[in-house]
Amino acid sequence: MNNLLIRGALVIDPSQNIEKRMDILIENDKIVKLEKNIPSAESTFIIDAEGLVLTPGFIDIHTHLRDPGYEWKEDIESGSLCAIAGGITSVCCMANTDPINDNATVTRYIIEKAKQVNLCDIFPVGALTKGLKGEEIAEIGQMVKAGIVAVSDDGEVPRDSKLLRNAFDYVKSFGIPILCHSEDKTLSTGGQMNEGYLSTLLGISGIPPEAEEIGTIRDIMIAKLTNAHIHICHVSAEGALKIIEKAKKEGVKVTCEITPHHFTLTENNVKTFDTNTKMSPPLRTAKDVEACKEAIAKDIADIIATDHAPHSKDEKMVEFSNAPYGIIGFPTLLPLSLTLVEEGILTLSKLVEKLSFKPAQIINRKDIGSLKPGQRANITIFDPEEEFILTEEMISSRSKNTPFLNQKLKGRVKLTVRNGRIVYNNL
Amino acid sequence: MEHLISCENVTKEETEEIINLAFKIRETIREGKKKFKALRGKCIINLFFEASTRTRTSFEKAGKFLSADVINISASASSVKKGETLIDTVKNLDMMHPDIIVLRHACEGACNTIIPHIDASIVNAGDGCHEHPSQALLDTMTIVENRENLEGLNVVIAGDIVHSRVARSNIILLKKLGANIFIFGPSTMMPRYPEALGVKVLSSFEEVAKIADVLILLRIQLERLNAKKVFPSLREYATFFGLNKNRLKMLKKDAIIMHPGPVNRGIEINNDVITSPKSVIFNQVENGLAVRMAILTTICGKKNKLLEELNA
Ligand SMILES: [Zn+2]
Ligand SMILES: [Zn+2]
Repeated sequence: MNNLLIRGALVIDPSQNIEKRMDILIENDKIVKLEKNIPSAESTFIIDAEGLVLTPGFIDIHTHLRDPGYEWKEDIESGSLCAIAGGITSVCCMANTDPINDNATVTRYIIEKAKQVNLCDIFPVGALTKGLKGEEIAEIGQMVKAGIVAVSDDGEVPRDSKLLRNAFDYVKSFGIPILCHSEDKTLSTGGQMNEGYLSTLLGISGIPPEAEEIGTIRDIMIAKLTNAHIHICHVSAEGALKIIEKAKKEGVKVTCEITPHHFTLTENNVKTFDTNTKMSPPLRTAKDVEACKEAIAKDIADIIATDHAPHSKDEKMVEFSNAPYGIIGFPTLLPLSLTLVEEGILTLSKLVEKLSFKPAQIINRKDIGSLKPGQRANITIFDPEEEFILTEEMISSRSKNTPFLNQKLKGRVKLTVRNGRIVYNNL
Repeated sequence: MEHLISCENVTKEETEEIINLAFKIRETIREGKKKFKALRGKCIINLFFEASTRTRTSFEKAGKFLSADVINISASASSVKKGETLIDTVKNLDMMHPDIIVLRHACEGACNTIIPHIDASIVNAGDGCHEHPSQALLDTMTIVENRENLEGLNVVIAGDIVHSRVARSNIILLKKLGANIFIFGPSTMMPRYPEALGVKVLSSFEEVAKIADVLILLRIQLERLNAKKVFPSLREYATFFGLNKNRLKMLKKDAIIMHPGPVNRGIEINNDVITSPKSVIFNQVENGLAVRMAILTTICGKKNKLLEELNA
């Protein structure tokens, strides 16, 4: 029997309201014991995690792994390596691959490849509409059978509200959430950055926050109409958060996420025309950043997700307006999230909940997001105090497109365990 | 001065130095001298990714009058169409060891994109809707010529402010020199946040006429309008926002009228305006050459050499 005993860490497991120094015993791929002072005789392999924090493995429900089709940006293996180095043991990958994951064959390919790579859980997200075109509902049932955990047209936005209504209604019968990139693209068309003071100065075509607000209202109204569970991706605008807050109060089945970059950076970072500050939705104003933090504190934002979007250097080394949208997010998820704790926005336990237990609930996975005995042993151990400079060499992703490159960050992943196996060791 | 990318980075003192030098250059050119040796041995590449006759010719002449080797490259002739990126193109050109690359490009920030990759100095000859600093310097020279002091002067810029690099550069530079800037035009062409630029929006031509010491009319970019649907027709624009004989009479007696060219006759401006004594449009062209000569000389660090020639 394979076993592993991790001793002395501060264990934080929001699913059981645990926040104390404990030992954890893992046998094969399962957690078997979570107690004070488990005798070392019970295990052959012991890790001393004194002074470190131990939590359920992080779950990132919004990522782009680019596989199949865009392997020069990322593939399932490089994406997995990058995820586990960021303490992430489960990722949901969006459907905008080539071919698009709008049928069971592509879903099976992703699951098969993830099994071979075998570094973290990879849960495919299927397309909501065929070809992400917003014209016909994709074969969602077949994909659910093949293993998708959610549907999304992220990367595109369905424009036809009647179709959206039918699609939402249809998805309901499979009990999976719809992840919405909520935006009125007819209003934001041509936009390259937030429409605000800076875009006025730079002459760059703006994306008004109202485009996100209109998209959010539309999607929420259709969710209300159909009683489907929608999850709004990467909320960035204060106005959109207000709309979500109101909908939640009214009992609409809506959850949402905020990305670390949207609660950390503002449009001011675009000033140097750095293409690694270009993403969709764009970086907004300081006021929006404050609103994002408040939404996280007040649980209007249920979870944190990265929208990990790799693009190669060649693709990003172009004029700002010609650069693709998106930045990678795995390497910075923990350090940026920990600043919320440092600033007193959240307790560490609340943060862990938004990185593990809550995302598991959104995608209806009962086997992850908790350290209860009997659970699959997906575990992250980190040092919240360790400072480091994020270098290209540390990033296992095929792409290095992050504005945090060569910057000092605080909070470092030390060990990642998935299915009872150490997949990343930086102790 | 190493590069000229944005008026943000040009100080009041630098502006005055360039303009004073340009006045001296203009004097000498007017006396019939068209060849100076100041930039002999220097190489200047005019890299234009957007069609432009006026600005490109002006930079080309400026370089040639200064005896620099001038190479003109336009987008259609370059390898850009073969899929080469801007950075690759510029890196290749940099291997020819130019001292200055004059760049015009449709993307905002194109100069900023290439600077880390090359040794040459960059002069921004227009980057998308961002800036066109040499135009602002020549406009400033033209205003100085007519008014001497810009402190407290009311400058109105009329037209498509949102998409105008000329407006942006002028606003930044003229404000630095103490002018008050106002903008005027269809609401669809006014920025959502005029306060970001530190300007006030005027709502009628009556207001413009009452206030303006200087009126800069921008070119209506016809190609932009159809796509963006920002106003219904040219006739309607001319009627409500164009400058004609009657409106000309409403302006202050000593007001001057400017236009970066090329003009759309009968739209933002008509014949009566162009030929009116208030118009300094042709002076702008003349000043443009002198200002660009001053810019190239300053960036190459040959100001003293040129002054020797000018004083000889
Ligand atoms: Zn999205
Ligand atoms: Zn996404």
